[in-house]
Amino acid sequence: MDIFLQQLLNGLVLGSLYALVALGYTMVYGILELINFAHGEVVMIGAMVALTVLGVLAGTPLPPAAMLAIAAAVAIPACMATGFTIERVAYRPLRRAPRLAPLITAIGVSIVLQNVAMIVWGRQYVSFPPLIDVHIHEVAGATITNVQIAIVALAALIMAGLLLLVRRTRLGRAMRATAQNREVAELMGVDVNRVISATFVIGSALAAVAGMMVAAYYGLAHYAMGFMLGLKAFTAAVLGGIGNIPGAMLGGLLLGIIESLGAGYIGDLTGGFLGSHYQDIFAFLVLILVLVFRPSGLLGERIADRA
Amino acid sequence: MSALLPRRWRSDPRFAWAAFAALGVLLAALPFIVDAGMGRSWVRILAFALLYVMLALGLNIVVGFAGLLDLGYVAFYAVGAYVYALLASPHFGIHLPFWVLLPLGALLACTAGVVLGAPTLRLRGDYLAIVTLGFGEIVRIFLNNLNAPINLTNGPQGVNLIDPIRFGDTALHPAVDLFGVSLPATHAHYYLFLAFTLLTVFVALRLQRSRIGRAWVAIREDEIAAVAMGIDTRNVKLLAFAMGATFGGVGGGLFAAFQGFVSPESFTLMESIMILCMVVLGGMGHIPGVILGALLLTVLPELLRYVGPLQEAVLGRVAVDPSDLRMLLFGSALVVAMIFRPEGLWPSPQRARELSPDNPDETRQEQESLFDATR
Repeated sequence: MDIFLQQLLNGLVLGSLYALVALGYTMVYGILELINFAHGEVVMIGAMVALTVLGVLAGTPLPPAAMLAIAAAVAIPACMATGFTIERVAYRPLRRAPRLAPLITAIGVSIVLQNVAMIVWGRQYVSFPPLIDVHIHEVAGATITNVQIAIVALAALIMAGLLLLVRRTRLGRAMRATAQNREVAELMGVDVNRVISATFVIGSALAAVAGMMVAAYYGLAHYAMGFMLGLKAFTAAVLGGIGNIPGAMLGGLLLGIIESLGAGYIGDLTGGFLGSHYQDIFAFLVLILVLVFRPSGLLGERIADRA
Repeated sequence: MSALLPRRWRSDPRFAWAAFAALGVLLAALPFIVDAGMGRSWVRILAFALLYVMLALGLNIVVGFAGLLDLGYVAFYAVGAYVYALLASPHFGIHLPFWVLLPLGALLACTAGVVLGAPTLRLRGDYLAIVTLGFGEIVRIFLNNLNAPINLTNGPQGVNLIDPIRFGDTALHPAVDLFGVSLPATHAHYYLFLAFTLLTVFVALRLQRSRIGRAWVAIREDEIAAVAMGIDTRNVKLLAFAMGATFGGVGGGLFAAFQGFVSPESFTLMESIMILCMVVLGGMGHIPGVILGALLLTVLPELLRYVGPLQEAVLGRVAVDPSDLRMLLFGSALVVAMIFRPEGLWPSPQRARELSPDNPDETRQEQESLFDATR
């Protein structure tokens, strides 16, 4: 039982991270119907910038909380600028192009960002400075650290904020309108280009926070970390129903939990034949199963074929 | 084959034959010219370029003809490669000949294509893309981890000492004695790959013009209309998937034999993406364009290795490590090429017309429904 609870808690933490990243994918997809392959790289940039700032601040007498706040205050705008630039340079000129063209530029941007990061930060792992006193709490036989609790709480807070933004504000209404029908939104006076830019900027801000959290969770960051993370997050977005914001949150959490439980139990289930290094398979297996049986994702609407 | 030529040449058969003869001589002499001028490693790159032409043409059937976005193509390539590697190496001590293994690899890849395609092909657009991507990753993860408890694939170390291709008593490695001339292994593989590439081009061209090829294009352009015309879309799509997978399986077998070594490293998602880039960048659905795309994207990253010497010549020192800069330039080239030629570098004339700015109605229609591999 305690293994179950432990894996559930781990899954919750991992899932919160996936959900934050998945939101970036799903918002862009909802509006542009574009898989923003470079989003995982934005997460990586966020982590790297934050770690660099923390590395500089590590010697100063500032309290750790202030250091983290300063790192976030640098990393978030850096990612926002990256996201904004990506959209301007790689996607906007192709708004009227055949649909596979922006996919290729997305891949190109992703390669560029990865290699820029490799040149700037090198090929080795960058580690998180030991700023935070890690406390271990025990919950009914399972353990959770204060870092993990902070990740889950902060992720929940941010997601609630995003839902408020999308449901209650003018910008949110404009985003929903643009997602439904770009032309009509434009006729109603929505500045569609601004809305799209705003979507990228918000998604990138979430990515920056997620990047910092991932770095804090694993204690490491690497120039290639964005790729698999991005893939998993995109999977989460599809799982929840792509284009659907609560869906991305649900998909992220579910994916994290399934992965942790799967990795925890696969050895017992297969009599030791398959081990926990098959963890990555669960994401894709679940994805294939969900898509085969419920192609629109868990919370997605069933869309009829458009002719 | 004449579809490869511009129209004014096509109308005159003498021109066509002269052009083909010239191309043939060039292709036959190329490894020797390149060997003398640029070194042995470039002959190897040429052979790989031909291999990628085959793979890109295979993927082009799925993405370009049938309009199904497949991001896990490399899985079929991996199946072909591992079939060859496992059954012709000291790993299991089995040494089957190449002409048994190549069809076997193709058959297994084709089966994998059907197994993956049957439940998933009713998904549309991005969902299909992501399912195929997941499948590709699953295959790679299994290859990586099936070394315990029973050592099937030898895990991340991969399989090495793979047997070279043999015709009777002559092996292509290390050198072939042909009429008293010693042909190095790279040259011999180049010619073998050239033969396979020509066969692939021929098959692709014939497929495109066949009843099935027209059915694929019909599905790509408008699936509902295709159903109304009496096309069994499920089977025809499945056929495209199986056919593309078969090409991938053959390519994989050739790759394993040429390289002499396979590991899961060669079958990452990036590899699938690369092949897709070849198809899209070249001009999907257009065979000469796809060939161009494959050649460019194989040769370009190699050419970009020369940015080191170039920096030295211009700046007097190597400011940034060229191996770091190489992929950066490559990524930028992808972005720039797509921004300026979103329809690909060499699209089919019909498609270029559909997308030209003088034709706003058709362009609009194109964006909304046609060629929607991702919808």
